[in-house]
Amino acid sequence: MGKISLEVNGEDVELDVADNTLLIHALRDHLRLTGAHMGCDTSQCGACTVHIEGQAIKSCAMLAVQAEGRSVTTIEGLADDGEPLHPMQQAFHDNHGLQCGFCTPGMVMIGIDIARRHNVPDAATVRHELEGNLCRCTGYQNIVAAIVEGAAKMEAQP
Amino acid sequence: MNVAATAPKFGQSVKRQEDGRFLRGKGKYVDDMILPGQLYAAFVRSPFAHAKISGIGTEGAATMPGVTRIVTGQELAATGLPPLPCGWAITSRDGVPMKVGIRHALAMDTVRYVGEPVALVIAETQNQARDAAEAVMVDYEDLAVLTDITDALGDGAADIHPDIAGNLAFDWELGDESATEEAFASAAHCVPLTLRNNRLVPNAIEPRAINACWDAADEQLTIYMTHQNPIGMRMFYAAVFGLAAEHKLRIVSPDVGGGFGSKAHNYPEEVVVAAAAKLVEGPVKWTADRNEAFLTDAHGRDHLTDVELALDEDGRFLALKVDTKANVGAYLSGSGSLVPTYMYATMLSGQYVIPAIHARVRAVYTNTCPVDAYRGAGRPEAAYVIERIVNVAAERLGIDQAEIRRRNFIRDFPYQTPLVYEYDSGDYEKSLDAALDLADYNGFATRKAASKAKGKLRGIGVSAYVEACGIGPSGKLARLGGGAGMWESAEVRVHPVGTVEVLTGAHSHGQGHATTFAQVVSDRFGVPIENVSVIQGDTDRIQAGTGTYGSRASVGMSATLRACDRIVEKGKQIVAHLMQVDYDTISFEDGIFSSTDSNVTIAFAEMAFAAHAASGFPTDEIEPGLVASSFFDPPEFTYPAGVYVCEVEIDPDTGVVNVASFCAADDFGNVANPMIVEGQVHGGVTQGIGQALWENALYDPDTGQLMSASFMDYGMPRAGGLPDYKLVFSGVPSPSNPLGMKGCGEAGAIGSPPAIINAVCDALDVTHVEMPASPEKIWRLCRERETA
Repeated sequence: MGKISLEVNGEDVELDVADNTLLIHALRDHLRLTGAHMGCDTSQCGACTVHIEGQAIKSCAMLAVQAEGRSVTTIEGLADDGEPLHPMQQAFHDNHGLQCGFCTPGMVMIGIDIARRHNVPDAATVRHELEGNLCRCTGYQNIVAAIVEGAAKMEAQP
Repeated sequence: MNVAATAPKFGQSVKRQEDGRFLRGKGKYVDDMILPGQLYAAFVRSPFAHAKISGIGTEGAATMPGVTRIVTGQELAATGLPPLPCGWAITSRDGVPMKVGIRHALAMDTVRYVGEPVALVIAETQNQARDAAEAVMVDYEDLAVLTDITDALGDGAADIHPDIAGNLAFDWELGDESATEEAFASAAHCVPLTLRNNRLVPNAIEPRAINACWDAADEQLTIYMTHQNPIGMRMFYAAVFGLAAEHKLRIVSPDVGGGFGSKAHNYPEEVVVAAAAKLVEGPVKWTADRNEAFLTDAHGRDHLTDVELALDEDGRFLALKVDTKANVGAYLSGSGSLVPTYMYATMLSGQYVIPAIHARVRAVYTNTCPVDAYRGAGRPEAAYVIERIVNVAAERLGIDQAEIRRRNFIRDFPYQTPLVYEYDSGDYEKSLDAALDLADYNGFATRKAASKAKGKLRGIGVSAYVEACGIGPSGKLARLGGGAGMWESAEVRVHPVGTVEVLTGAHSHGQGHATTFAQVVSDRFGVPIENVSVIQGDTDRIQAGTGTYGSRASVGMSATLRACDRIVEKGKQIVAHLMQVDYDTISFEDGIFSSTDSNVTIAFAEMAFAAHAASGFPTDEIEPGLVASSFFDPPEFTYPAGVYVCEVEIDPDTGVVNVASFCAADDFGNVANPMIVEGQVHGGVTQGIGQALWENALYDPDTGQLMSASFMDYGMPRAGGLPDYKLVFSGVPSPSNPLGMKGCGEAGAIGSPPAIINAVCDALDVTHVEMPASPEKIWRLCRERETA
């Protein structure tokens, strides 16, 4: 066990975690931020995707101690309850880009990362970039449409 | 139905009411929950496909840090826990009842598939439980392994279950064998084909999970579990397993991360955890990891079928005979006998007039994970058989694949097939025309030539599916062997301020019931959709229900509408007193009660308040309050149908099949919410494409190890390599429920695999390609094509 300090969703936090604790478990079990989900054990499904310093990572593929001193953003950090949704979240709603909701936090987080790297990506780019995120409900069509639209909305924001 | 003229919701693409919590990361799934004093469970699982258990050593594991309890099969059996039941009784052709291999929740003396649970370890943390599970020492003695249908039925094959000779659970038939043989004897053409329907892993992205808590003082068992049918599970857990009295058993299925049938079953793991929670008297949580999901979530499909179609000179169908061997796995799962019989063979007439049909189905035990309902459940297997043989026949007779279908379509409804079902409604030609138009079928030759110029092989495939949904008429299901009613209930509670709660046994795990059910209520009462809450998944709150599977939400929506009708009826009685006019003069439209004998109008919310104030009407005649319920048992099944047209482009150098376009014309009857229904088709079609091109649960025949047991080995569809699908609805309202709906959840997965394989065969100019049409398989066919 050891203490780590990091920033999560804009707040400084200190955690007592075992050396082998994965970041996903630190977020879910210690901080009770349960938006990131475990969908597989092999870093394939992307349901656990969060941002470290603004870049998407799979929180099941990183130790909590590796987040020491770094800034983590989870799906819960995009918009406070009662506040308007982030443009990418809104685009998922507007395009029916979610069904059961389990992969959705990871999809939104990777969507924002795709927008960051490609500004206004086309559908083909988004489909390629979603290689590491699985959804069993939607067949991806509306997720792709949501990310294309969400990215355009982000680009248009001041 | 009486819809509000100002802003009808039914039939509109209303945005989902439930999205907010999912988008904000505030969904509530079972694994998100940590109860006070939470304990964690891990299973000891068999690494062998078939072995005798000669001993279980728990001593070392029991003293490891945090370990609370280790439970074995012997211990559970000693508590009186019975084996798991199979819920559908099938009788073999010779009149003998199906033979059910005994399935204990924890294996007793023999394990029969890799991953079968052998013991449960409970500890203070999940890691402690998993570490200790690995330290449980089980002595196994290897037995002969059988994973393949043909091997298991072969002469001299070892018996997987004692007293079940030849590994045959049942040998069942449907249809008229002699009429079929007669038709074949005089037919101009007889076209045979042998084909496999590949085994699939459902792979909902949320793994199965349960958190069970026993309150010894009240003898109350509370279970949170990922399930499509929590109320049905309560009945099972009370009546079959005796875990608690039904009125002392609460099952909650909160947000559920996808089901596709795989979360509708009665699994051993959940029973074990619930029973163990009573032993340790604390909350016990188990969440499957992905490997466990691959090994133990009931698989889908796995048929080997010989089919033969008889046709006359003009390509009209005369008769069909089908001989299917269905791999049911190591044990008959809850619906393991139903899926390859009444869910499958009953649909073999497809969309066609086929005067004589005979189907034989043998259900075969193997050392593999049990097989049960997975999106479509028997109907995809039937559609694959009929839609492949139709194309093979079309090719043989030199008839266009669309034309041969048109020539044989059923046109008069209701239509009694030779196989139990009476199709209630449809217009198959309308769907065919719509799909061909959407796909620019006539322009295919040009596109094929363009592909050829690039060195690519292009093919086009048509498939026409029909399925039976909306279960069920309970009486008819019982006559087919069903053991429980399959109506659905809804309770509608109107609050004094006019807001509404709908409590229903239908369970949404992605289908959007919080929106579609609310649309029905909003229209009927003329209240804003935001003022309607749809409550599900908690047996302490829902009066009764039978869950969501088999595209049956229309049953719950119909119950909701009927309950709303009863509210309106009571409202009229109240309003008649408030207005002091005759009841017969009252009408209700757009949320307003009015009378032909009065200038006064009363809004729905005013009536609701008056119903609770209970002072403006005689409460000895009309009780106060505003609650109504309905149990809707549909008079008939519904029969969604459609036509899919797919184009593939194959790269002969790599064998990669690219789905160039996919067009769907679906008859779902009336569509409650086109946006949601399109989403259902997108998902279903993608699972069907996955089956046709990539997915395969592959067991090593020698060891019984599942070779494709992770997302690194199993070909899950990803966003890349899929086109945007083009959809159109060609609906004919169903007469089998008041909303005219048919169901849409499974259609995509039913109709798409044959469309894809028909296109692949067309591109390669071959008679058949087995699924999945993987690059390696296609590459070899391309080499053979070159050599030829």
